[in-house]
Amino acid sequence: MKTANKKITAVSLVKEALEKAKKFEKYNVFTFLNSEGALKKAEEIDKRIARGEEVGRLAGVPYALKDNFLSPEGPTTASAHILEGFVSPVTATAVEKLEAEGAIMIGRTNLDAFAHGSSTENSYYGPTHNAVDFERVPGGSSGGSAAAVALGIVEFATGTDTGGSIRQPASFNGVYGLKPTFGCISRYGVVAMASSLDCIGFFTKTPEDMDLLMTIASGQDSKDLTTLPSYYEVENGGNKAEDAACPSDNSSQAALAKSSCSAEHTAPSASLPIRIGIIKDFDNEAVTPEIREVLKKKCEKLKEKGYEIVELEMPTLKYALAVYYIIQPAEVASNLSRYDGIRYGFRSEKAKDLEEIYDDTRSEGFMPENKRRIMIGNFVLSSGFYDAYFLKAAKARTLIVKEYEEAFSKCDFILTPVSPNYAFKLGEKVNDPVAMYLEDLMSVSLNLAGVPGLAIPVGKTKDGLPLGLQLVGPRRSDMALIEFAKEIA
Amino acid sequence: MEINCETIKHLAKLSDFDLDEKETEALTHDLQNIIKYISQLDELDTEGVEPTYQVFEMENVWRDDEVLRQDATREELLALTKEEKDHQIKVPRVL
Repeated sequence: MKTANKKITAVSLVKEALEKAKKFEKYNVFTFLNSEGALKKAEEIDKRIARGEEVGRLAGVPYALKDNFLSPEGPTTASAHILEGFVSPVTATAVEKLEAEGAIMIGRTNLDAFAHGSSTENSYYGPTHNAVDFERVPGGSSGGSAAAVALGIVEFATGTDTGGSIRQPASFNGVYGLKPTFGCISRYGVVAMASSLDCIGFFTKTPEDMDLLMTIASGQDSKDLTTLPSYYEVENGGNKAEDAACPSDNSSQAALAKSSCSAEHTAPSASLPIRIGIIKDFDNEAVTPEIREVLKKKCEKLKEKGYEIVELEMPTLKYALAVYYIIQPAEVASNLSRYDGIRYGFRSEKAKDLEEIYDDTRSEGFMPENKRRIMIGNFVLSSGFYDAYFLKAAKARTLIVKEYEEAFSKCDFILTPVSPNYAFKLGEKVNDPVAMYLEDLMSVSLNLAGVPGLAIPVGKTKDGLPLGLQLVGPRRSDMALIEFAKEIA
Repeated sequence: MEINCETIKHLAKLSDFDLDEKETEALTHDLQNIIKYISQLDELDTEGVEPTYQVFEMENVWRDDEVLRQDATREELLALTKEEKDHQIKVPRVL
């Protein structure tokens, strides 16, 4: 990552990013451009560099912030009408950590409203376009962030991933996207979607950048008690783990050893050779031939390098999407009940009494997909249907967790498609919710199990459209996944 | 489970939505398809399986019951609302 120093100023880095953002304006990547604020911060960093002060590991690096992270810099809208004009007085922990290292937010990126979608078409501010093919979707929900990195506007962008919202857009645009282990990065100050599934992660152009960002952003936060201790840092020293007690050479085996060194119990074993699992249940016509082809090629290459390929049967995974579209809407219905037009954001003009404020604000303020999910959620939670849907899904979730545990007793990582398709055309699926949901077929099970997944750009179709695969590991194997990605790309 | 316009109207009430006829119709159609899709779970045998509601590794995290910080002031928070009176958020009469 290019950082500011005595020769390259932060101002020049920020100006360059802002110019590119303007150049690619028609892609509709941003909901807000932080031109003034970013330049002011850059000047400050340059002054500190001139004075010889410590400026951090991301000094002057421009980045894009998915517009569901709270900070006082610009309105946080989650691309939803109901949050129009909402400027948060609080700052998300992830944003605080990045900015403490000198990173500069140059803009807020477009998403499917409240992160409900797989194409960034469900945005109140219109769709974002794919970075490689303007006629196609960038994926979603973090489509703006993925496009911002793929277009070269910024070196990295933040994302959130509840069922694939980082990995799928990363693969649609040909960049890296990490959904870390559940609890790796604090969610304080991020618009909640489905709290047992939501994860914060990043888009980058290289695994090295991902490693740096995870080192900076992961760790426990007293403001989010569902955060894990960072295994990048020893508890009292704040040094990287390998400085303290773990081996430090760069091989993937060493990375595995490193992660098991400080992760308590679930990191993969460091036994040789590394075994890569392939999910047989996904090798069928539900997945587009180009993606199956690239997966086959990568496996052959890994075999040549001496890795063992293990065929896995994971028969419960085909139910993961149904489980997800029960649990996720249920949690969405609960989390989105707070938007009532009273305390912040949009309020309907036509409402006269309190009940009408709620009803009219929510009816006018939510996108159709938000309404669908809230209503499905209230359906599966309502008396008479709770046992048949919500409880059933919670039990099925246990089977999925167990299936992953069993899989990771047979292999160290799993390599699978991120989604059944590469980037599809704008408008192609927007009127068919179930077709859109099927985009999440291979990504949601990771969120249900809490395991990490890294989307890796692995090639292109004959028309030049990016193809991605995801590398999946046991809980807390994030660092090893990032390290191993270099073997696959 | 058959989803009809009446179900949708009931769910709209639970969700605090005021839907017009066209929206009700569209949502009836969409939810029918979605419920049909998720109902495939019926095939899966979950007899005797314990439910999973969360996948966070830790059992519980305790802290003392005291104010640790104030990220936003009362004034900042009140400034976000449409109507304010005497340091309170004002809403229309309820009764």
